[in-house]
Amino acid sequence: MNRIKVEGKHKDHQILMYAISTCNWCRMTKQFLRDLGVEYEYVDVDLASKGDQELIKQHIQRHGGDLRYPTIIIDDKILITGFRKEQIKEALGL
Amino acid sequence: MTTLKEVRQRAEADAKMHGYALNPDEEMLQGILKGLKRNEERYGYPSCPCRLATGQLEKDRDIICPCDYRDPDVEEYGNCYCALYVNQEISEGKAEVQPIPERRPPQKLEQAYTSGGPDSAPEPAAKPAVVSSASETNLKFWFCKVCGYVCFREEPPHKCPICGAKQEMFSEILLGMNWMTR
Ligand code: SF4
Repeated sequence: MNRIKVEGKHKDHQILMYAISTCNWCRMTKQFLRDLGVEYEYVDVDLASKGDQELIKQHIQRHGGDLRYPTIIIDDKILITGFRKEQIKEALGL
Repeated sequence: MTTLKEVRQRAEADAKMHGYALNPDEEMLQGILKGLKRNEERYGYPSCPCRLATGQLEKDRDIICPCDYRDPDVEEYGNCYCALYVNQEISEGKAEVQPIPERRPPQKLEQAYTSGGPDSAPEPAAKPAVVSSASETNLKFWFCKVCGYVCFREEPPHKCPICGAKQEMFSEILLGMNWMTR
């Protein structure tokens, strides 16, 4: 799966974001994480292969999430759906 | 090819016709319009930029912009799911756009994935779509008392798209079923 890594000075958490390349809320979430200076990886689900999309679906559902974007999974434990600044900051301890 | 300007003009005209406005934040607005343009290029129709499309017109019909969920969403939250369309309050800066819950049913969301959606698990018989969605979502018939325009939705439109009359000028059409069964 083509995960794109965005460098940042905070590397304490493993952050994976599923996004849609055309989605503005996703774009704002990417920018927000960049501004926080956290390192993260993202996958644009609409650009992924059918097989990868299926894996993404399973990953999200395993964490009890809905199939909507952005979805952020932190340390493969906490799932946050949508552009929720406060929730994201809290989960990252920032 | 559709230009960004055309996408914008189309959205502006639609907002005006229905009594909405476009997102007042120019940067957000540009982002959403670009997404719509991109989708129109890759799918052949402007499917919702914030949702995963299947690329098959029949399955994506409910999320072609303006999607089926716009009106109830603007009514309830003040903006649509992508925050392209907003109500007057947000347009005038008295309230802000916010990320809102997804109104599209989970079965529809699953269709874009190989193991999901109505197609991959064959159903015994196709249900009439209009009847089931009407009973699930309380769709009603409304008519404009000024010009007679009729629509089928949960709430009457903010503004009549034909004559521009206000929402208060709409009345519900109560259908008497007995004449049909005679
Ligand atoms: S949520 Fe808004 S932008 Fe997205 S399809 Fe619906 S009306 Fe269009």
